[in-house]
Amino acid sequence: MESLIEKNGKGRIKISQPNSGQLKFRMLMIGTAIFTVAGFFLLDYSGLELWPAIIGTLENLKTMFLQPQLNQVNFGSAMYQVLVTLSLAFLSTILGAVISLFLAFGAAVNLSRPWISRVIKGFITVIRAVPTVLWVLIFAIAAGLGAVAAVIGMLFHSVAYLVKAYSEAFEEIDEGKIEALRATGSGYPHILFQVVVPQTKSFLIAWTFLRFEINFGVAVAMGAAAGAGGIGYELFMSSSFYYDMNEVGMITYMILIVAVILELVANKLKSAA
Amino acid sequence: MDKTNMQHANDVNVIRKKHMKLFFAGVIIIALVFGAGAVTNYNHIEGLMSIPAAFQWLFANMMFSGSTLANLSNVLRLLWETILISIVSTTTAAVFAGVFAIMGSKLTAINPVVMYAAKLAASVSRNIPVVAWALILVISFGTNAATGFLALFFATFGFLVRAFIETIDEASGDTVEALKATGATYPQVIAKAVIPEAMPQMFSWVLFMIETNIRSATLVGLLTGTGIGYLFDLYYKQLNYEMVSLITLAIVIAVLIIEWISNLIRREIL
Repeated sequence: MESLIEKNGKGRIKISQPNSGQLKFRMLMIGTAIFTVAGFFLLDYSGLELWPAIIGTLENLKTMFLQPQLNQVNFGSAMYQVLVTLSLAFLSTILGAVISLFLAFGAAVNLSRPWISRVIKGFITVIRAVPTVLWVLIFAIAAGLGAVAAVIGMLFHSVAYLVKAYSEAFEEIDEGKIEALRATGSGYPHILFQVVVPQTKSFLIAWTFLRFEINFGVAVAMGAAAGAGGIGYELFMSSSFYYDMNEVGMITYMILIVAVILELVANKLKSAA
Repeated sequence: MDKTNMQHANDVNVIRKKHMKLFFAGVIIIALVFGAGAVTNYNHIEGLMSIPAAFQWLFANMMFSGSTLANLSNVLRLLWETILISIVSTTTAAVFAGVFAIMGSKLTAINPVVMYAAKLAASVSRNIPVVAWALILVISFGTNAATGFLALFFATFGFLVRAFIETIDEASGDTVEALKATGATYPQVIAKAVIPEAMPQMFSWVLFMIETNIRSATLVGLLTGTGIGYLFDLYYKQLNYEMVSLITLAIVIAVLIIEWISNLIRREIL
């Protein structure tokens, strides 16, 4: 009788047995934990003095957030740089959205042939694998550092992201409506622009705005890392050239405010979709 | 007869209004595109021309010479370091994000003040771009792995809190209610309803962030002089384009392998 009842370490009766899925998941969690701890020891910390670094960073953060002040640029031109960054993000989002819409018709399995869908999906997976900054720098070789390289580089990632989002939205629409239009003898463009796009409109707008929000952050990064101009470049100059923490603080505040506004709008659009 | 005609006229009106709306939206968007183009000095034709030029360049430099391939071990070492940083920073951020998400979800919040504080902390850390974190941290931490780790940590943390809160709200609503109805205590609700219900989806978010962070780590490395990003920047500035192509190719292959592995894991757990 005793042997039939399994007991755990504390002598209590086991009331549940994990199934194989739960066991696998548990193994996965343990594996990840071990990898993380091991990873900490494998990283190269040469030249790091932890306490001075933490104290220095906290002091910098204090200067940044409690005494923000513009020194090298005046407020008007800083605002203009924010506008430049927003424009870079806007251009790459809108151009990306137009291209993605047509690619997404091909990528959605219910609107296209399987092989076309597979080719487009494979193509965007490879495009997504290259970091945006590398795309921008690669295009900078062909077009020179500046807005053209930044917009085209950011465009590539926007397309990869939006095609995935759009085609998933298209795949969820009611098959019956497409069939009803087919039965009336409507052509392919009619089906796309009378059923597919109107049905998914609010999703498309929400995803596009979400990408715009992401692209703002990316555009800041491209200004700092790839010389694309805008507020990101000012941030890079004031921190890496002038070591002016007051100005870094002010610029960070400006970026933060724009980013929060964009996030709030994106959330509104998403919950409305 | 009259009545149907009236309705017909109404329908035409509705459609006409719709078309007008669409037309104005189109005009506004086109105007904004040109406005943005003027602000940034962006030239559409030049942009279009750069795409084939860049691809031609990329493939022309894919014929690697012996001296380029000799650097492969160095590339792989720094690539491994970059992958390691992104995984470790994501998993560490996930642990903290889990706690903050439980505090921040309406379903499991202890009180509203803590809930809004958790959400605010996450929002600030998410909306300060990863480049700003990198530039701030590199001043005191210097050019080593800790800078990249912390920059990615803060950005990932903010994003994961938002994703985890959504997951908790979606996945565990009914279960939490059922458990509360049986008189379960707060820790029991968290341990037996929230965590088991939301965990697979949360892990899927962690995998997504690892994929994203490998690309972000390249960017952070470029700014802070660590990892594969630093190597790319070095050869880019030396105009050694064969090495630039090799590094790009190595990153692409690494990201594709990691995406493949995480898709395998996703299929198992979801």
